[in-house]
Amino acid sequence: MDEIILIEAVERYINGEMTQQEQVFFEDLRKNNAEVDQLVVEHAYFLEGLEKYATIKSFKHTLQEVDTKLTAEGVTAIPELTGKAKMINLWQKYKRSIAVAASIAGFISLLTSGLMVTYTKKNGNEYYSQLVEKINQTNQQLIILNSSKNNGATKVPDVKVDYRATGFLIDGNGYLVTNAHVLNKMKNVYVENSKGEYFSAQNIYVDNNLDLAILKIDDTAYKVITNLPFTIKKNNADLGEQFFTLGFPRNEIVYGEGYVSAKSGSDGDSTAYQLTVSANPGNSGGPVINRNGELIGIITAKDSKADGVVYAAKAKNIFTLIEQLKKDDSTKYRNIKMPASNDLKKMDRVQQVKKMEDVVFMVVGSNN
Amino acid sequence: MVLGYYCSYKRINKHPVSTIEQEPELLKGLANSDKRATETIYRDNYSMIQSFVINNNGSADDARDIFQEAMVVLYEKSRDATFTLNCQIKTYLYSICRRLWLKRLQQLNKYSTQVESLEEIVPVEEEIEEHEKKNNDFILMEHAMSKIGEPCKSLLDAYYLQKKSMQDIASNFGYTNADNAKTQKYKCLVRLKKLFFAQYKNA
Repeated sequence: MDEIILIEAVERYINGEMTQQEQVFFEDLRKNNAEVDQLVVEHAYFLEGLEKYATIKSFKHTLQEVDTKLTAEGVTAIPELTGKAKMINLWQKYKRSIAVAASIAGFISLLTSGLMVTYTKKNGNEYYSQLVEKINQTNQQLIILNSSKNNGATKVPDVKVDYRATGFLIDGNGYLVTNAHVLNKMKNVYVENSKGEYFSAQNIYVDNNLDLAILKIDDTAYKVITNLPFTIKKNNADLGEQFFTLGFPRNEIVYGEGYVSAKSGSDGDSTAYQLTVSANPGNSGGPVINRNGELIGIITAKDSKADGVVYAAKAKNIFTLIEQLKKDDSTKYRNIKMPASNDLKKMDRVQQVKKMEDVVFMVVGSNN
Repeated sequence: MVLGYYCSYKRINKHPVSTIEQEPELLKGLANSDKRATETIYRDNYSMIQSFVINNNGSADDARDIFQEAMVVLYEKSRDATFTLNCQIKTYLYSICRRLWLKRLQQLNKYSTQVESLEEIVPVEEEIEEHEKKNNDFILMEHAMSKIGEPCKSLLDAYYLQKKSMQDIASNFGYTNADNAKTQKYKCLVRLKKLFFAQYKNA
């Protein structure tokens, strides 16, 4: 406590907020007490550092906002090459691979024609059967991942919990992203953080095409988190990119990891990715975070006939969603701020998960 | 230390959005963290840097990183009272980005001699060195901040970064009054300071 009083005095001294009398007294103290003097020097240096940090940090935040705005306007888009330039560019980029591919193709065609010749001679035409497998059109069936009935005891006293899914903050003022299909099933939505605290939440925007929705925590007990640790990736994720995800397939937060296995979702849906990861009912709405701490997707569904085939909405769709929301209701939600600084970048996985746990929420609700 | 560079005002820009006359005005705006000035500079220069990085072994994400870092360099400079920019903002940003990108390529062992340089450039070595020093301090502070945990992080963030009043902070964070919030803030500050200087000793 003494240290705090002293620091408060030092701060007032540095900022010149002391009265003349106080100042004289304090300077005397400084002269006679080397420890106090050192504290003043040290604290001044520290405060200056903090001040510089704050200015640069908020400038970086502005940059990110400007970038988001210009990206939405298409200013930062990569210009498409046209006509001749494009051909030349493609040729230069791929000439090596084309050469390799061509020589492999040549080799294979020689090999097969050679085989054909020997084979036909031996067996004659009657027994020749083509070795092409007939690929069945598998009836891919999607199960929506939030259909789990909650068996365990619930901590919400007055609301019956029928469904459970996942959501995560995109603005520390209580704005969460989850799936549209999650909210379509639920009435009386509540969210629970990793500490087990429940807050009531309102459904403020749903886009069924993108299967994304926005929730706003409207509980007075909720305390604002000013700084979210992750950022949202504006470009497509790369094939093979590794990620982790957090969600609530049970009453407790569960970690999972996997990789991006295709750049489109079920039936070539270009607003989604195919992932290889283990996901179960309750994982819907969970964030997909890559190594650099960027959000690349939101878990939405899985293929019930295939193992580990999971679909996720692309993270950049969140920007579209926010734009639409601002257009529809410009006054109320104009100040939604997307996360702008990334704390996860150079951390190891365990640390990253620890940070993310604070912003991932369980979303629960009763039958519609 | 050389505080300004001399280079000619060559107009390469086909559709100039901001004119040379406006540039000192823009820099002043930037120094005051004015969003509109920042946006104008961003809008006028981004695509040039993007095509430079993409044509030299980079991705769109790399371009964004490099450009934003160069913007921070320009921002730091614009706040320095002794600094005068004696060439176009465009030339300056291009030179910084070129230097930063070459460095990045070298670190990745992807160095190619073909870095294309048709645009005019000015020497920026001193700037980059100075920026790296500042950036180191920034990273140390950021690291200390990331280790401090909640609610301290949010509290310090609200006070030092968002410049909120103690009254607002008290009501946002659920403290009974501003004095309680203030005590908590000092406690957090002491913790942050310990974390910050501990890194200094280790480094």
